[in-house]
Order: sequence, then structure tokens, then C-alpha cells
Amino acid sequence: MNAVFKRPESLNPALTHFCPGCTHGIAHRLIAEAMDELGIVDRTVGIPGVGCCVFLYTYFPIDVLESPHGRAPACATGMKRAQPDKIIFCYQGDGDMAAIGTSEIIHAANRGENVTVFFINNSVYGMTGGQMAPTTLLGQQTTTSPYGREFKNEGYPIRMAEMLATLEGVAYSTRVSLHSPKHVNQAKKAIIKAFEMQINEMGFSVVEMLSTCNTNWRVSPLEALNVIEREMIPYYPLGVFKERTGKDFL
Amino acid sequence: MTDLKLTKGNIALAEGALQAGCRYYFGYPITPQNDIPEYLARQLPKLGGTFIPAESEIASINMVMGAAAAGKRAMTSSSGPGISLMQEALSYMAGSDTPCVVVNIMRCGPGLGGISPTQGDYSQAVHGGGHGDYHNIVLAPASVQEMFDLTIKAFELADKYRNPAMVIADAMIGQFQEPCRLTPKEPVVLPEKPWALTGRKGRTPQLIKSLYLGDGEQEAHNMLLVRKYREIQDNEVMCEEWHLDDAEVMIIAFGTPSRVAKTAIIQARAQGIKVGLLRPLTVFPFPSKQVYEHSSRIPNVLVVEMNTGQMLRDVQIAAHKDARIHFYGRPGGGFPYPEDVLRELKKAMEGAYERSL
Ligand SMILES: Cc1ncc(C[n+]2csc(CCOP(=O)(O)OP(=O)(O)O)c2C)c(N)n1
Ligand code: SF4
Repeated sequence: MNAVFKRPESLNPALTHFCPGCTHGIAHRLIAEAMDELGIVDRTVGIPGVGCCVFLYTYFPIDVLESPHGRAPACATGMKRAQPDKIIFCYQGDGDMAAIGTSEIIHAANRGENVTVFFINNSVYGMTGGQMAPTTLLGQQTTTSPYGREFKNEGYPIRMAEMLATLEGVAYSTRVSLHSPKHVNQAKKAIIKAFEMQINEMGFSVVEMLSTCNTNWRVSPLEALNVIEREMIPYYPLGVFKERTGKDFL
Repeated sequence: MTDLKLTKGNIALAEGALQAGCRYYFGYPITPQNDIPEYLARQLPKLGGTFIPAESEIASINMVMGAAAAGKRAMTSSSGPGISLMQEALSYMAGSDTPCVVVNIMRCGPGLGGISPTQGDYSQAVHGGGHGDYHNIVLAPASVQEMFDLTIKAFELADKYRNPAMVIADAMIGQFQEPCRLTPKEPVVLPEKPWALTGRKGRTPQLIKSLYLGDGEQEAHNMLLVRKYREIQDNEVMCEEWHLDDAEVMIIAFGTPSRVAKTAIIQARAQGIKVGLLRPLTVFPFPSKQVYEHSSRIPNVLVVEMNTGQMLRDVQIAAHKDARIHFYGRPGGGFPYPEDVLRELKKAMEGAYERSL
């Protein structure tokens, strides 16, 4: 019998620590499939941010460096400069990348570091219990915006993929979603494209993935998928914001 | 001697890093250490190395962590305020057995402070600085030659123990010029780093991490670190003992004040006062045994520092119980002069065991 669906080689047969219904796991699977298809797992180093993603090494049979909260892009910079032939990716949450680590991500992107960043936007700090993140939607209730985020007090949600796309050093910046099979397929293509950008030495690539945090959103796993469709996508449009085609740097 | 070259302290240090095989430097400007990145920005590309003017000290030290985790010799340098920003990553590197070299050309603070020399960052360097129980290896040069030699030593020790090593020098040593021999005493050997994150090809995946959540795991890991620090304390102490054989008073000082003390000692001896100097070259590991042994024989001790008594505490812990420890300190923005040290020496001999600030 032909196997039509199996665990990617680049994914460990580990028990997940993610909450049931969390789409972090889907993102992991897609990255593993991409590593399989591109045949890069032997030369890849992963750098997770701090948050629900920190146990990267449990799931991927690759070398992993644990970096301080928000600093993964700086660590990736040093790591890639030291071994340009290796594939280096960061895996960061929105608290990690869009709050404490804004400086590191902007400057790594602007330098055109030839690394790939996977950015999980679930609009809250997940691991610490659902506090407001820079990506929290207006009106969204969190443990630290109990009356709903209000722009007068907390400012507006940050659109990272668009913002990074404005930087010259960025080769590829896109936003995808993990809430339906169709979107998951699109996300997979984006992940492969982002890795390819690095393999072809085109510069910095980033894939923002709209992801659920059903636990902290306090909704069921199924309803969480609807929340992405209904509430997140209108503010965080999907699409490619930057894609470099040639190596014609300015 | 022909191989002596008039060199500035900061340049000797930067040259030492290059000769130690450091090919990755990441840094952010701050006075009084800018000669280091400026020199390396010119030299590293010629050697096939990498220089990145980072966006902050936080980024600098994390870039160091990335390159170091890849198995390369990497360095950053800064001064007080910048070193404060690096403490988070230093704690991570100490916690995850990642070697690196960090240079602090100390300026006076707290806050923005001034740019004149001090030793006010001793405690930060020696007793942690970042969160958690950990130690940096800390070297304290007192001459331009030592800026070169101890920087090479710092890379060697960092790799040997897989631990951050710091070179702390005050602005004075960074800025002045002296004849210096810019070749290593012994040939530099780059160690193998089988633990480096280079991709799993041909082996099982490797991790560099400091998070241990399993029952008892964190304590077990911390105990490994403790064992490492003990080994460093047992094996790596370096200190200079100068005219201690017949001394009736012992000065303990590191860095610039130790040189001021030497002048004072020459003057004191001309007046018939027998003084000697104990000068730590490593302040972690601290020469506790040496302090104990000498202070049990020479109970009159004068500690001279350019701070309000940070090494003093380490001396007090190490010294023989009968030692009478006098302290003379300048907190930065001013200097101890030989005549000040001479005056304090006399007080120490009269038994006025106190802190003079
Ligand atoms: C310097 C520092 N500040 C705060 C924390 C606590 N902390 C751990 S995870 C986390 C939030 C992570 O949120 P996010 O990046 O959105 O990832 P998620 O958990 O949602 O996947 C925070 C604030 C920390 N570890 N280090
Ligand atoms: S807390 Fe949220 S982000 Fe973290 S695993 Fe649970 S659902 Fe996922």
C-alpha cells in the first residue's frame, strides 16, 4: 500500500506540549515538510524565540540555539555570518518579535541578513497567560487589556509583514494564515519560498502566520479558526508584500 | 628590542583579539573604547573576518552569541552603560556554556556618568551582573602589553571552560601608549569545538540552551556550573607579587591603581617603609589563597581601588582573620596619586584601619 500521508522525516515523533487546537503545531509540521522537500535538514540551525515556541528542539531533529526573548534575529545574524553555507531560521511569537525584539528584527531585516524568520502572530503573549501584545486587535480583551484594547491607551496593532516589506534588505515578506486547509497549503508554499530565498542568497525572508491561541482567547479550537477568518484577516490582510526577483540590489 | 612597538592600550587589545583568532566582532560605539571597533573595522575584512556595527549593545552581544554558538571566536567591547545592556545575553551564555570575550573599558558612572577612568564595574563583572548564579572569567590588565596578552588569554580560557570571559580595563589603560610586543608569548592554538551548532550532518542534533524545566534538572545543571567555577578557581588564578618578601604593609590593587601603588612603593621604600604589592590579574577567579597567605604574614593591608570598595569585599572575605584592612578609594572622575597612596600607607601602618574615600 502506498502511504499517502505520513510524518515528515524532519519532525520528531514527540508528544506535543502545545494546547489542543493551537496552530503552532501546524506551523511546525509545515516547516518540517519544507525541510524534507528542500533536503536541508542536515545543515539547518533553528533559533526559537521565548514563548510557546521555545521547545523547538523537541520537535525538529536539528541543531538549536536558545536565544533571549526577542533577540533571535541578532543571534541568527552572528550564526549566519559565521557559517554562510548553513540554513538559519528564527521562529518567533508576536510578543517576541513585535514587542521586546522590534529593534533586532528591523535591523536584521534591514541588513538583508540571509536568514529566514517564521513569525507566529496569535495576537497575544501565549506562554505567559494571554497578556496584550502589540498585535492584539482593537477592542480585543486580554488579561492586561481587560476592557478591550483601545488605541488611546495602547496604540494600534502593528502590521509586521507590511512594515518589514518597506526595508530594502528584505527579499521576501508575506502573511499567511493557518486556519483552513486551503490557507495551510498557501502557508506551506510561502515557507518553501522563504527557505528558497535563503538558499539562493537573496537576503532576508519572513513569513508571518496568523495562528490561534484558543486557550488564551478563551474559545474552542474550532471557534478560534473562525476568529482568525472573521477578526484577524480583516486587519491583517494575507498576501505577499515584497518579493525580490533578481539579485539586483540597489 | 626591535619588536617593541609604541601602541595604545585599546589597539593592543584589538590586535590581541585578532592574533587569538577572533574573526567576528560586533559592537556599538561608546567612549572610551571606540578605538577597538574602529581598528577591527579596518583589519577584519583583510583577514576574511566579519565586522558589524550593531544597532545596540543588546544586538552586539547576541550576534556574538550566534557566532560563538557556531564555534567561532567572537568578541564585543563596550563601556559601563553598554555592558549593562549586555548582561541578559551574558547570563544566557554562562547558562548555556557558550564561550565569548567581552571587553569593558570602564568609565565612571552610574548612569551616563563621565568618560574618565574608574573600576566601578568590578562587582558587575565579578559577581554576576545578569540574572542567576553564574560567573564570568574576568581578567584585569594593568599595562598595554597586558591588554594584548590577557586578551589572548581571555579567548583561551573562554574556550577551555566554555564560559564568557571579560577583560576589564579602565579608560586610562585603554588610552595610553606604551612600548608593546605584539606577538603572542606562545603560539595560539584554536581548539576543536565538537559541540558547535553547525548542522546535524553526520551526527545527532545538538542544542545550546539554558532552560531546564524537568524535575531537578535545573539544579543538576547549576551544580555542573558550580563545579566548573571551582575548577577555574583551582587552576586559573593569576597574580603578581611585588616586593612582598620583606614587606610590613601589603597593598592590594589591580589595573591602573596598581601602577600608582608601584610608584608609591618605590617612594616609600626610599623612606625606609617596607611595602609590597599583590596585584590580581584575574579577579574571577580571585586570588583568595594568595591574599590569605600573605595577609597572615603581613597583617597590615591597604586596598586601593578606583571605586568605593568593590574588590575590598573580596579581600575582606579572603584575608586572614587578624588582618587589618585599610581602604583607599576614588569613585571615578578623579585619580589616586602616589602621594595619596603614601599617605594612606602611613595611616594603615599607624593602625587607622578605615575606609578613606
Ligand atoms: C526578558 C524577558 N521578559 C519576559 C519574559 C517572559 N515571557 C516568556 S514567554 C513571553 C511571551 C511570549 O509571547 P509570544 O512571543 O507572543 O509567543 P507565544 O507564547 O504566544 O507563542 C514572555 C513575555 C522572558 N522570558 N524574558
Ligand atoms: S498558550 Fe496559546 S500559543 Fe501557547 S500553546 Fe497554548 S494555544 Fe498555543
